[in-house]
Amino acid sequence: MKEFWQRYKRNKGAVVGLVALVLIIIVAVIAPFLFPKSPWEMSGAPFQRPFGEYPLGTDMLGRNILSGIVHGARVSLMVGIVSTFFAVTLGLAFGALAGYFGGIIDDALMRFTEFFQTIPSFVFAIVLVAIFRPSIVSIVAAIAVVSWPPVARLVRGEFLSLRRREFVQAAVVVGESHMKIILGQILPNALSPVIVMASLMIASAILLESALSFLGLGDPNMMSWGYMIGASRSVIRQAWWMSTFPGVAILITVLALNLVGEGLSDAMNPRLARKGRA
Amino acid sequence: MKSVAILLAIVVMNFLLIRLAPGDPASVIAGEAGAADAKYIAQLREQFGLDKPLTTQLALYVGGVVTFDLGWSYRNQRSVADMVGERLPATLLLTVSAFVVALGVGIGLGVLAATRVGTWADSLVTVAALGFYATPLFWIGLMAILLFSVNLGWLPAFGMQTPVAMAPADRVLDVARHMVLPVLTLALFFVAIYARLTRASMLEVQDMDFVRTARAKGLRTGRILRAHTLRNAILPVITFAGIQAGQLVGGSIVVETVFAWPGIGRLAFEALLQRDYNLLLGVFFLTSVMVIAFNLVTDLVYSMVDPRIEVGS
Repeated sequence: MKEFWQRYKRNKGAVVGLVALVLIIIVAVIAPFLFPKSPWEMSGAPFQRPFGEYPLGTDMLGRNILSGIVHGARVSLMVGIVSTFFAVTLGLAFGALAGYFGGIIDDALMRFTEFFQTIPSFVFAIVLVAIFRPSIVSIVAAIAVVSWPPVARLVRGEFLSLRRREFVQAAVVVGESHMKIILGQILPNALSPVIVMASLMIASAILLESALSFLGLGDPNMMSWGYMIGASRSVIRQAWWMSTFPGVAILITVLALNLVGEGLSDAMNPRLARKGRA
Repeated sequence: MKSVAILLAIVVMNFLLIRLAPGDPASVIAGEAGAADAKYIAQLREQFGLDKPLTTQLALYVGGVVTFDLGWSYRNQRSVADMVGERLPATLLLTVSAFVVALGVGIGLGVLAATRVGTWADSLVTVAALGFYATPLFWIGLMAILLFSVNLGWLPAFGMQTPVAMAPADRVLDVARHMVLPVLTLALFFVAIYARLTRASMLEVQDMDFVRTARAKGLRTGRILRAHTLRNAILPVITFAGIQAGQLVGGSIVVETVFAWPGIGRLAFEALLQRDYNLLLGVFFLTSVMVIAFNLVTDLVYSMVDPRIEVGS
């Protein structure tokens, strides 16, 4: 663990990303204490410029933009983490079964995966959320449904190569059940690239959620960054700050997650990391 | 063959999604027509074949799509195929231009960074790529409008052309001016990806034996770069570009919405506002066809760059 941290630390960008991410998480957690009032409620006069009474100004309905951003962090992180959790679970199941059993099972599962990888994922997510009505559940489900295929392919590859290794063969000879070999022998060894991929997937999920809510497909009860930008874009000529600051929040969060993902990748594959920097 | 199977699967999925959409289609139409009595609804059900068994309906639906009948948009009282068909050229213009710009600029920047590893140029490309990779497309678009249209007044912010009569030559110039911001907005995200990929791939290939051999033979640096390093390093970039065709098409929805570009992406947004599911699924079908076409083109390009690969294998 200490060695892991040593290697992670070597990537300066990753350390900055981690600090930023921790700060964002703290803000998201204590949002109800920072701004107890609902971010949907009118807080002052509309169209107030930033750096005055309100640090980031107010929007066209007089809502406090900073409060919206702080509460939006909760939604963005939650959607990112939960949808990634389900996408990774789905991808692990498909990839593990395909890579472990091979043959017809592999063929069938990979055809299925390929299908989902070919269809335009963002358009598909829009269709799903629109048809099942925008809600936090449909948004998380739609993002998970369009994001699992790369995990399945990655896990399948890992399983294919680990399947032939001696320690797995030994487990087969000893007579362990398939389930036990998959979960106990192969999975722990295949996990590190999946963790790296998951951290990057949270970032894409946040981008995807922001695009959905920008198009008006956000949960109508949850303040989100994409919604704030989408709602105020028609007044962008008069009020630049309303759509600018939420975008900065998305940028910083996604960037932090990407940097952490790179750091994790470096720390888990030291050989590859050195090569990349050669 | 594989493409046909995928298309068929998409059509079947479309059908199931329509069925899953809340509300019986017949009563929705009847509600819109302002007459919701039971007899009228029954008549509608018969007219649209909704009283037949599900498998028959599916067969009818698939048969319709095969003959380019994508259903009827009840809100607009027009056929979906007509509506998406007339919007397609604008979207193709936008996505193909963005794709070409992204590949060209991305690979160029990647090569620049890889050949100057550790210099400020490399750092600049790497940092910029990281940044644009993390920025939502719609926000880049809005910020571009704010800077180049609202503040500087250099470029138009909305639409594809100025709605006044002009000579054909002026018209081309006019459309080109309208294209700059949407195309760049859509391209930037992919420039970031291709630049990072090209850089990593170049660095890997640079250390390989055949490059060392070329250098030992005394070839000029420029020739080694073009004929040996880049030609091999570019392959994973093309593969990835093919995989990402779907993202490019998806991105065009957001970009067209921001810039009021009259393509199918904008149409999808209008369909969303009107809750016009038939139209939305028509857009979904057409974008899937576009992605498959993009994939075929990248396969072709791949076989041109690497003659060892046969198309279709």
